[in-house]
Amino acid sequence: MNQDYAVQVTHLTKKFKDKVAVDDVSFNIYRGEVFGLLGPNGAGKTTTLRMMTTLLKATSGHVTIFGHDVAKESSAARAMFGLTGQYASVDEDISARENLMIFSRLNGLSRAEAKQRTTELLTEFSLLESADKTISDFSGGMRRRLDLAVSLITRPALIFLDEPTTGLDPRTRTQMWETIRKLVAEGSTIVLTTQYLDEADELADRIAVIDHGKLVKIGTPASLKEQVSQSKLSLSVADSNQVTEAKDIVTTHLKSATLIDQTTILAPFDDSNRLTDILMDLRAKQISVSHLSVQEPTLDDVFLNLTAPTHN
Amino acid sequence: MEIKQTRSNLIMNTATMAYRNLLKTVHNPDRFMDVIIQPVMFMMLFGYLFGGAIAGGVKAYLPTIVPGILIQTMLSAATGSGAQIREDLDSGVFDRFKSLPMAHIAPLAGQLFADSLRLLIATITSLTTGYLMGWRPDVGFQWIIVIALLAIFMGWAISWVFALFGLLAKSATMVQSISMMGMMMLSFLSNAFIPIHTLPKFMQVLANLNPITFVITAIRQILANGAWTSESLIVLAFGIGIVVVFAPLTVWAYNHNN
Ligand SMILES: Nc1ncnc2c1ncn2[C@@H]1O[C@H](COP(=O)(O)OP(=O)(O)OP(=O)(O)O)[C@@H](O)[C@H]1O
Ligand SMILES: [Mg+2]
Repeated sequence: MNQDYAVQVTHLTKKFKDKVAVDDVSFNIYRGEVFGLLGPNGAGKTTTLRMMTTLLKATSGHVTIFGHDVAKESSAARAMFGLTGQYASVDEDISARENLMIFSRLNGLSRAEAKQRTTELLTEFSLLESADKTISDFSGGMRRRLDLAVSLITRPALIFLDEPTTGLDPRTRTQMWETIRKLVAEGSTIVLTTQYLDEADELADRIAVIDHGKLVKIGTPASLKEQVSQSKLSLSVADSNQVTEAKDIVTTHLKSATLIDQTTILAPFDDSNRLTDILMDLRAKQISVSHLSVQEPTLDDVFLNLTAPTHN
Repeated sequence: MEIKQTRSNLIMNTATMAYRNLLKTVHNPDRFMDVIIQPVMFMMLFGYLFGGAIAGGVKAYLPTIVPGILIQTMLSAATGSGAQIREDLDSGVFDRFKSLPMAHIAPLAGQLFADSLRLLIATITSLTTGYLMGWRPDVGFQWIIVIALLAIFMGWAISWVFALFGLLAKSATMVQSISMMGMMMLSFLSNAFIPIHTLPKFMQVLANLNPITFVITAIRQILANGAWTSESLIVLAFGIGIVVVFAPLTVWAYNHNN
């Protein structure tokens, strides 16, 4: 048992009949870090999280939470964390206030403490105005916020969030990120799952990429991105006679460029400042550009890159 | 503020869970409609339609069907527990309950305690409808209370069976349709509405084996004699037996629901 770890996962495996949903996954999560589990649909993120949070028995392997084995000391482990599941785990038929009161009481708070905590959380999550509406009238974002508020009742040192922003609009998503950052600032350890590279990049100190139940790669966002194919610049010229000239300009600035058709040039693009230089040179040579785009690496690229067999 | 967690307390957790289920009902009063409409509808339909044919009059038929419909309503209210539990399990709220450091059985127990309110309402509705239609038992009011409590207890015991079914079944719809059929079979293939001796031989065998028949007989005897009979003791013991067997099974299924 290591005191620096909030969570230790060792050789964790889950089989559903023949299907191996999580396959021999091991990692450690440090106290105070934001740990992202990144993977596409069906990768095994939820299954891993459910095993970590005592909801699902592992087929084999171990998980400890602050040193407590989730299988052997499940109550002790449960007292250590808050969980926000992938699907809303609040009561639809009752109000936000009632939800918070009930979950506070179930968490062992006295009636007075529960009342106080409920008001605090409603205020903190800007839900005070809708506190007495039933959840079925809530928007997706409000529901998510309430869900998170419920997980924070006991101010747990460790918080699990399963896809906290899936299905939220961009603005609500940014708000959720803000909330998560605030929790981090207060010193919580956070384990979150996501399908989005930018979200993991934005929030996580370390990311574990999983696919088909296997841990593909673990590291800081920066180290992961190094493995990922870079952004690409795609540039088309209006006049196909000028394409070679344009290609030379792009090559000077970006080191390499390929012609993919009569008018389009594709080049690896890692320094955004270069774009102005390229455009200025093109202008100087009076080459007119008909189309220009920068393609960010997608999650698909990450997986292709990380899961592709290495040739050399 | 430092939050200290008191040790998980089964009784308090169960009370909170029962409160939750009651709140759900307060926000959705239609959850009570089935246990109110069903006994009224059946009592009037059966009383006025078949009263004359079976007993020569509504009034003469009431001592037969009031206990019959009372128990049928208990059965049907008990089936509701199973559907409710299945719905809860599918909704993700149970995941939250399970991840809390609280008594594991509390969500189940809370559900089943809150359901006794449904049973109480169903009982009051059944007996009141009977009274309004002219049902006047010869025994004192205390015996009415006794049969009401016995009916509620039996309904509550049976709700553990349906809760187990709710836990094991695949979907809430499946729970509802199968429970509905079970409820129909059990209540019609019994002495709830008709004297058993009028049935074909093989059906008589089934009806006489039907536990619902025993419960209804026990209640009729208490109402006829104003006394606690040995039949009613057997029925009570049977009810306790159901709880003793099914409560642990249900809790076990609940804990192994992954
Ligand atoms: N109870 C279950 N029984 C059988 N198979 C399951 C069960 N739960 C999950 N699986 C399978 O395990 C695999 C991993 O599922 P999981 O829900 O962990 O994926 P995920 O990464 O959370 O995906 P998503 O992004 O869609 O939430 C999937 O192929 C899924 O079909
Ligand atoms: Mg998932």
